[in-house]
Amino acid sequence: MSVPILEMKNITKQFPGVKALDDVSFKVERENIHCLVGENGAGKSTLMKVLSGVHPHGSYEGEIYISGELQEYSNTRDSEKAGIAVIYQELALVPEMTVYENVFLGHEIRRGINININETIKQTVEVLKKVGLDVNPSTKVKYLGIGKQQLVEIAKALSRDAKLLVLDEPTSALNESDSENLLNLLRELKKEGVTSILISHKLQEVISVADKVTVLRDGQSVITLDGHNGEVNEDVLIKHMVGRSIENIYPDREKKPFGDVVFEVRDWSAYDPRRGRNLLEDVNIKLKKGEIVGITGLMGAGRTELALSLFGNPVGYQIKGEMLINGKPVSFSNPHDAIEAGLAYVTEDRKGNGLILIQDVKSNITIANLDRITEGGVINENAEIKDAREYTESLDIKTPSINQKVLYLSGGNQQKVSLAKWLYVQPDVMILDEPTRGIDVGAKYEIFTIMNSLVEQGMSIIMISSELPEILGMADRIYVVSSGRITGELQKEEADQETIMRFATM
Amino acid sequence: MTFFKEIIQLLKKNIRDYGMFIALFVIMAYFAIATDGVFISSRNISNLLNQMGYIAVLAIGMTLVIVIRHIDLSVGFMAGFLGAIAAIALTQWNLPVALVIPLVMIFGIFAGLITATTIARFGIPSFVATLAGWLIYRGALSQATLKTGTIVIPNDSFNALGNGYIPDLPLPNFLPGLHKLTLLLGVVAAVAFVISEISSRKKKMAYDFEVLSKSMFVVKIVFMLLLLGAITYVLAGYNGLSWTAVIVLAVTLIYHFLTTQTYLGRHIYAVGGNPEAAELSGISVNKITYVVFGSMGLLTALSGMLFASRLQSATTTAGTLFELDAIAAAYVGGVSSAGGVGKVTGSLVGAIVMMSLTNGMNLMGIDISTQYMVRGAVLVLAVIFDVATRKRV
Repeated sequence: MSVPILEMKNITKQFPGVKALDDVSFKVERENIHCLVGENGAGKSTLMKVLSGVHPHGSYEGEIYISGELQEYSNTRDSEKAGIAVIYQELALVPEMTVYENVFLGHEIRRGINININETIKQTVEVLKKVGLDVNPSTKVKYLGIGKQQLVEIAKALSRDAKLLVLDEPTSALNESDSENLLNLLRELKKEGVTSILISHKLQEVISVADKVTVLRDGQSVITLDGHNGEVNEDVLIKHMVGRSIENIYPDREKKPFGDVVFEVRDWSAYDPRRGRNLLEDVNIKLKKGEIVGITGLMGAGRTELALSLFGNPVGYQIKGEMLINGKPVSFSNPHDAIEAGLAYVTEDRKGNGLILIQDVKSNITIANLDRITEGGVINENAEIKDAREYTESLDIKTPSINQKVLYLSGGNQQKVSLAKWLYVQPDVMILDEPTRGIDVGAKYEIFTIMNSLVEQGMSIIMISSELPEILGMADRIYVVSSGRITGELQKEEADQETIMRFATM
Repeated sequence: MTFFKEIIQLLKKNIRDYGMFIALFVIMAYFAIATDGVFISSRNISNLLNQMGYIAVLAIGMTLVIVIRHIDLSVGFMAGFLGAIAAIALTQWNLPVALVIPLVMIFGIFAGLITATTIARFGIPSFVATLAGWLIYRGALSQATLKTGTIVIPNDSFNALGNGYIPDLPLPNFLPGLHKLTLLLGVVAAVAFVISEISSRKKKMAYDFEVLSKSMFVVKIVFMLLLLGAITYVLAGYNGLSWTAVIVLAVTLIYHFLTTQTYLGRHIYAVGGNPEAAELSGISVNKITYVVFGSMGLLTALSGMLFASRLQSATTTAGTLFELDAIAAAYVGGVSSAGGVGKVTGSLVGAIVMMSLTNGMNLMGIDISTQYMVRGAVLVLAVIFDVATRKRV
């Protein structure tokens, strides 16, 4: 057998507090399509960042060999020179530039100090032919659909003589025929000597295209399977992806019968005019009083978009469908309406759109419901301090004082401030989007305990999470989202990771 | 010992807030010495306050504009234009002063709302939208004064806004040489201040909140009273409190109250601190944009009238570069272009600092070219100080 095109040996990558990669070895044979699968956070992207030099030599342990030669990249340019091209989920194209400008961006064909445009266009046409893209090279990239943009990105890689293509979730934003196209292209390129590493959540696609599959889990490479001798199927992959033991970090909750349906959406669709596609299609969800409903799915399935569209739609999707609160139809034109109707939304990105980091704990807690402490438009500062103290204490937020800027709190405490802020509006229905993202196990446990006590008091919770164990541990009922549709609904008793994964990869 | 510790701790904790006052004190002390006391003479201080009135008013409005991450370049010529409108209303339409002042303010609000529409509704960056406004109002000002050139305003009560002083009590034999009503107002303000401080402290203690230690509290009260007393005494030594000073004080108090004590103020700072989070908290970012630019327009109208009144005429170049003076005052006063940070009282102090520099250097006979460079350096130093102290926890 020939020397593998890529061999990564014993890669360990440490971030503050987490081991993202733990002694991972990964070997890719020449002219193969090698798939890399794993749950969110398993370490796939980190591994590829090590490979491409985003994490430079010295920031990780282990060795990288390309065609048998030891590589030490200090940046992404070095890895490009070695023939590695990485195509990320968010495409790295300049929308306002033409196709040919994009293809040769950063390695322009020059004549003296000028760019040789004719030669550039000629070579662009050739490389576009290779990827099977029939567009005028002088078209601005922004006028191309996402599928064609992806092909431009691949053309860009080929124009640099890339021998090893890394594609990170290339089909997550594509429709079926575009996806099929892309996979065929990879098969074609394989014949011409280009090796691909494909990261994907869509297992069917992995099974159909892979020569080899490597499964990563919790920063370790679990197994590498051969795609041709029949050992790769969905069950096997899912088993390896989720096969960890689940520790019992979920506090018990008193079993009570649920009340009436408090919140319901029917045939809910959202179209994003900017991205030009449907983010949600015919979503139906019900939530009963005192219930925790989990919504899960893989990255890009439309979980956060769903939450935003329900919560007053501040980003301006075009929405169809019906929303009912306590059986009465409602419609919101902004988040304010949603809050008034008894909804609260704890955002996934607490730093980006959840908290006002430069303001103190007190102001962050009261901001969504100043009515509670204002009379005639004037804030009663003493009442505010009293309330803020009460919430800080009841949620056990660790802060030197309520006058501390939120910026200086730990992730877990910031999340609790977020919760306090939304509890302060005294909602009936709370949407929690990735409530435990980036916080440690202890803080997670506290958040779960708070959630339990809330539903025991009669609140209803929609918990959006990509972490299956926590969905399984906390939710009474689970909806699985994939490509903007609800592909499965499971009762707590019938749900397990394999079943959820199957629906999520549908 | 604990007393001094508390002082040091307070200073450390609030260096950002106190820094500006310390800087102002240093600047004033320097000029007082350099001009043999002329700078702090009653007459000069009174003058200085009148000179900075129209910029201070703009700076207060600009503070909020910068807090919500925008900028308004149009206010200079808009002020000039609205001043000209006031002059025309008085001289050509023959409207009474009592009607002209509110009318021009309404025009100002309206002009501010137009600016806000281009920004909130059409999504034009405020820099560009108000640069267009700068051009438009410059043209409008030229047009308004085209026929007549400078419009002289012969109306005494209007001109009192920029030049007049509040009347004195009719007691010619009591405390001659001092303005009695100003003294009286000073005493009233002092009493009101002490009462409000004590009651707020009592309330806080009733809730079991943290308060200053008793000795520190007394020191603070005594210090503020001395300051108030000094200002009152200095002003009473000349013509007393000017109408301009009254207006600036009133605007500052109202805006200070609005920004620190009310719902609206909280919403403005939330939008500045994180617009996405504010929107998701049920605050309409667009509505706040309208309110803030509307207020800017209102204050621009006030500024324009103060300036026209001070010159007793509307000129073709009125308002030139006011916007940059106002922006500089706001930045010296501690606003941050990253949004969400800045106090109206800070901007008032910023305006006083900048005007003190001009006034003091004029008294010293320093060349105008040097003056610009000194003011530029002070602006940069103030912002460096601000950025450096903000990094601390």
